[in-house]
Amino acid sequence: MTATTATAARPAAKNANKAAKDLVGRRWLSTLGIIIIVIYCLAPFYWMVVSALRQPNDQADNSFFPSPLSMENFAGVFRSDVGFGRSLVNSVIVAGTTTILTLILGTFAAYTLARLNFRFKNLAAGIIIATSMFPGISLIVPLKKLFTEIGWIDSYQAMIVPSLSFALPLAVWTLATFFRQMPKELEEAAMVDGLTRGQAFRRVILPLAAPGMFTTAIITFIAAWNEFIIALSMVNQKEMKTANVLVSQFTGISGYDSPFGTKMAAGVIVTVPLVLVVLIFQRRIIAGLTAGGVK
Amino acid sequence: MTAPALPPAAGGNATTSPQRHGRLALLLLTPTFVVLALVILYPLIAAVRESLYLKQEGVDPETGIVIGGDKFVGADNYAAIFSGETATRFWNSFYNTTFFTVFGVAIEVVLGVAMALVMHHALRGRGLVRASILVPWAVPTAMSALLWQWIFQAEGIANVILPGEAVLWTTEGFHAKVAVLIADTWKTAPFVGLLVLAGLQVIPNEVYEAARVDGANAWARFWRITLPLVKPALLVAILFRVMDVLRIFDLPYVLIGERKQSVETVSMLAFEQARNLRYGPAAAYATVLFLYVAIIAYVFVKLLGADLIGEARERTRAERRKAKRAAEPEQKEAVPV
Repeated sequence: MTATTATAARPAAKNANKAAKDLVGRRWLSTLGIIIIVIYCLAPFYWMVVSALRQPNDQADNSFFPSPLSMENFAGVFRSDVGFGRSLVNSVIVAGTTTILTLILGTFAAYTLARLNFRFKNLAAGIIIATSMFPGISLIVPLKKLFTEIGWIDSYQAMIVPSLSFALPLAVWTLATFFRQMPKELEEAAMVDGLTRGQAFRRVILPLAAPGMFTTAIITFIAAWNEFIIALSMVNQKEMKTANVLVSQFTGISGYDSPFGTKMAAGVIVTVPLVLVVLIFQRRIIAGLTAGGVK
Repeated sequence: MTAPALPPAAGGNATTSPQRHGRLALLLLTPTFVVLALVILYPLIAAVRESLYLKQEGVDPETGIVIGGDKFVGADNYAAIFSGETATRFWNSFYNTTFFTVFGVAIEVVLGVAMALVMHHALRGRGLVRASILVPWAVPTAMSALLWQWIFQAEGIANVILPGEAVLWTTEGFHAKVAVLIADTWKTAPFVGLLVLAGLQVIPNEVYEAARVDGANAWARFWRITLPLVKPALLVAILFRVMDVLRIFDLPYVLIGERKQSVETVSMLAFEQARNLRYGPAAAYATVLFLYVAIIAYVFVKLLGADLIGEARERTRAERRKAKRAAEPEQKEAVPV
């Protein structure tokens, strides 16, 4: 934008003053816009953190800084009768396994869609993208009945298998955009050098695609970690619930009617690792998220 | 997929003949399609089958034998959706689903485009804004629902900040819908903004400069250049958001609660039926929702031309390149378009 403001300032000298004013005005407007966006995005999240750090007795306090700071809510979340630690492990197992499975399966499909030519390519791509729009409830109703019959209720696989339905199309789509960005010549050179397509894929493409696969893994993991309705439907036993489901069902464990301090503390624990990962890899994640939309 | 780049290298590379990789492609795609068939196609068919049955309970009046199992009822479950008391509840949930979709997506698109424009023209703070815009996206929906429930408590911060009388946001009423819309918008508008920003970044600057030379003001530039050129990216973003809101469940379920008339969506209705083991009606509701989603997606792709696979966009990009090249004839390029 600096380039365009510079060109705006270029015409005749009588306009120079106006242009300079424009520039200052625009800078202010731009900064103001940025501040509004940052507040919009961060204020509710900040409120979650602040509320978690308040003393349980100050829960109703609406001041913007907690005083005194207290870790009591966090201690409350990890009390052994709450089962929060176990639910975190469950979430990691379900989201982690889903991510690994989708990455293994999705890499082949994504490579095929990005690199090979075959007759029904658009159809195949269309089917994969169509499945990502499938409403979750339509598969939960029959699968819940099926899993009840075969005794899968309260098991990890009952959450992992249905999660593939949304994670797999997402992973294929994101990976395909990464594969497409890699220069074709590399692979062709490897094949000219006598490698088979399989060897070229393993020795040339995969190492180069590692960053894209890593980004896809993060995006898929976040989607699977987010998952709620499947975990809610397929599990009744407290020990098998994922963190999302368990926390949403917290009831007055510490004697308060609505233990929001504890809920916010749990929310912070569930969210902060994701936020950190996202911030560290923000450039790549943005590339992964938007590539599918623009490419 | 990609526009024809360089003319095929000598030695015949594999990218020219469309059928060349048919068998390999089949082999590599099979695992994904088998899994998708198992977790999507099978449940879809099973749901349609299930929706034609009803669980039987009670005693047969003639024989006195206890009846169990499922009975084939044909379209009765569907008929039940649209008649009597259940019809009121269904149409209410259908209305809520549509309400959230129309208003939610509309607000998100306006906010998202505004955010994208601000970020695109940002002179400083780009890094900060890019980092913060990903935060709402990374917060799980169930957690953001709890967070907003806390914000919208009777004595919560929302009522403290907002002027006027305290609103009981999470109780039945129109304000519950507003609460859901606000929470949904917070999480997704930045995401729309990101997608639109990516669309904005591929518009070449020369187009704007040419328009400015021609005397187009900022408003005209936005309507005549930015919006049409960003439309493909925007349409895809809107389509994904629409599909997402049509199946909305977690947010109203956690934020407001079950069986709340003001916010009950079709997904919630089907979920509640399934949990009470009324699989037949649940499957019927789920199938109706599926059809609704499918029709809307069809309309988007066919009538509005939302281009998911990226063909048309490749084409327009190629045309843009061509136009650009025509404008600068001295630039030599080997690419046959």
